[in-house]
Amino acid sequence: MRRAAAIAVCAGVAALLAVLAYGVASQGTDRSIDTALAKGQRVAATHKSLPVLGGTGKRSLGDYRGKVVLLNFWASWCPPCTAELPLLERAQRRMDARGGTILGVSYKDIPEDAIGFVHRFGLSYPSLRDRDGDYAHAFATSGIPETFAIDRRGRIAAARRGPVTERWLARTLPPLLSESDR
Amino acid sequence: MKALAAVAVVLVLTAPAAAGAARTSLPDIEDEVMCVQCGTALNLSTSAVADRERAFIRREIARGRTKQQIKDALVASFGPSVLALPDDTGFGLASWLVPALASLLALVAVAAAARHWRRQPRPPKAQADLDQADASRLEEELAAYDDRR
Repeated sequence: MRRAAAIAVCAGVAALLAVLAYGVASQGTDRSIDTALAKGQRVAATHKSLPVLGGTGKRSLGDYRGKVVLLNFWASWCPPCTAELPLLERAQRRMDARGGTILGVSYKDIPEDAIGFVHRFGLSYPSLRDRDGDYAHAFATSGIPETFAIDRRGRIAAARRGPVTERWLARTLPPLLSESDR
Repeated sequence: MKALAAVAVVLVLTAPAAAGAARTSLPDIEDEVMCVQCGTALNLSTSAVADRERAFIRREIARGRTKQQIKDALVASFGPSVLALPDDTGFGLASWLVPALASLLALVAVAAAARHWRRQPRPPKAQADLDQADASRLEEELAAYDDRR
């Protein structure tokens, strides 16, 4: 009987440790995208239908296949997101003429605040709504703003963790826009 | 006329309950929802997104929304993770399971200890009576103590 109790206690402790280990392990940051990009590889971007911010229906990255897309995660409560807007607007004008677009993703934001942000700054590109941050999580975002350059075949070609810079845009966009979708 | 009076009575009786349900405050809600970016309870967070959430809650209170309606609106905006309950995946799952398993283990340990204690042989009853020599010595010492007083 004593032996059975000891076994039960040991099993319980082992189960506790296993649950804790699982919990801690699942908190780890996924760096697979960055690792692949650092090796010069491209990674298939996750597609998920998300509500159109300030519009009706849903859209996904898949709807933009054949275009170069700058997928930009932003929020109205994020000052660096506001700071990078002039650069993004300029990039949008350049991309629009060459078969590309910026696709904004409003991250964990109150819809009316996000729509107010779009109107206040006159964003000329569409945005989707990632209400609970699940889509951003698929790109292993650790904060916002973060921007991913998606090639015409729907693969992540570059990632910018933090606000975009003129230099990053100049280095990333022209080669992608020159590529065909085959 | 009777019907009107009946309606008035019903309204008077139900009004306090309805008013009680509608009345809420920011502190009443703040400790039950999360700051969606920082992962702490809203009443502990001073981040920009927490300020936005608080502003939203104040607006909804001003619109006369109940606590539940406001929490529902927050879930519609941010998803269920805005509620201050651990989710049922990843580390959230651990935070549900670990206390439950720990409680179970504690119960098993207490039960085992109780069983072990009950099975222990009882110590022999202490002898109550003093032998003759000790009894007379005790009597003498008590008498000496009384004399000293």
